[in-house]
Amino acid sequence: MSQPAEGAVAPLKRMDGEPVFDAPWQASVMAMADALIARGAVTPKAWSEALGAALKDAEAAGEPDTAETYYKAALRALERVVEAHGGIPAEIVSARRDAWEAAYRATPHGKPVRLSRE
Amino acid sequence: MTSFDSTKVAEIHRQLHAHLPSDSALRVKALESLLVEKGMVTAETLDAWVEAYSEKIGPKRGAHVVAKAWCDADFKARLLDDAASAIRELGYLGNATAHLKAVENTATVHNLVVCTLCSCYPFSLLGVAPNWYKTAAYRSRAVRDPRGVLAEFGVSLADDVAVHVWDSTAELRYLVVPQRPAGTEALSEAELAKLVTRNAMIGTDRDLAAQPGEGA
Repeated sequence: MSQPAEGAVAPLKRMDGEPVFDAPWQASVMAMADALIARGAVTPKAWSEALGAALKDAEAAGEPDTAETYYKAALRALERVVEAHGGIPAEIVSARRDAWEAAYRATPHGKPVRLSRE
Repeated sequence: MTSFDSTKVAEIHRQLHAHLPSDSALRVKALESLLVEKGMVTAETLDAWVEAYSEKIGPKRGAHVVAKAWCDADFKARLLDDAASAIRELGYLGNATAHLKAVENTATVHNLVVCTLCSCYPFSLLGVAPNWYKTAAYRSRAVRDPRGVLAEFGVSLADDVAVHVWDSTAELRYLVVPQRPAGTEALSEAELAKLVTRNAMIGTDRDLAAQPGEGA
């Protein structure tokens, strides 16, 4: 039996039984990507290239080789394709993110969180 | 005398905002709400996807395809010739499997699938890819040292077994058809499907058990 290569992360097999999604947002990222592909708004090739580039960036930045890193890269890739192919500029997305944060902060725990519409 | 319990105030503050989602979750909510407003996705589609892929689908469809190939030589021939058409017969064609190639293990060939660029995977057949499939370690090592990766998954190949590594792309994905275990002649297609593991259809498992629940 050969040993895992030098410098390898924890044995891959150990990750075998992990749940594929740790948090609902991770599933939502994949669902949105697939829905955009199904609709023809993004080609499978454009998606895989964006994801590949984001994963390469994560690796270059020394992020740990985990599912969390993978889904964060997938989210960055989705933000890029939504801007490039969905016509939604990054500033709009960022402003919307802040609006959601403000809405959460303004909503007492247990109440449904809604964006305020002005 | 007034008292100001800063610890208490901090605690109240924390409780009030304990439900504040993570930065990633907020960015996802932003994308989701904007894409729904633009009519590019619907909330129902996203909910249905998440429900299906978090729980229902898994590798069952792929296992059905393999078991059918074991039982039906004509289907197997069609599967190896044009996998996308063959799985369409079963209603399993998805966005990601429009181009699919089935590769068959034999006594002298073992197939291993990877996506070196990202994580291309026939998820309409196998569900969401396992976490190890998405790691940089697997994506690089499967090509550089396939036998080492296989050993880590408990698969040791004799020297006369060749390893074929298939690099998936957005345009072409792969399904490994493992060998049917000996002693399963009496089993039905449905019983056979229970023997087929997800990892066997990726190639990180090889010798399937002849009874469900045995082995990996």
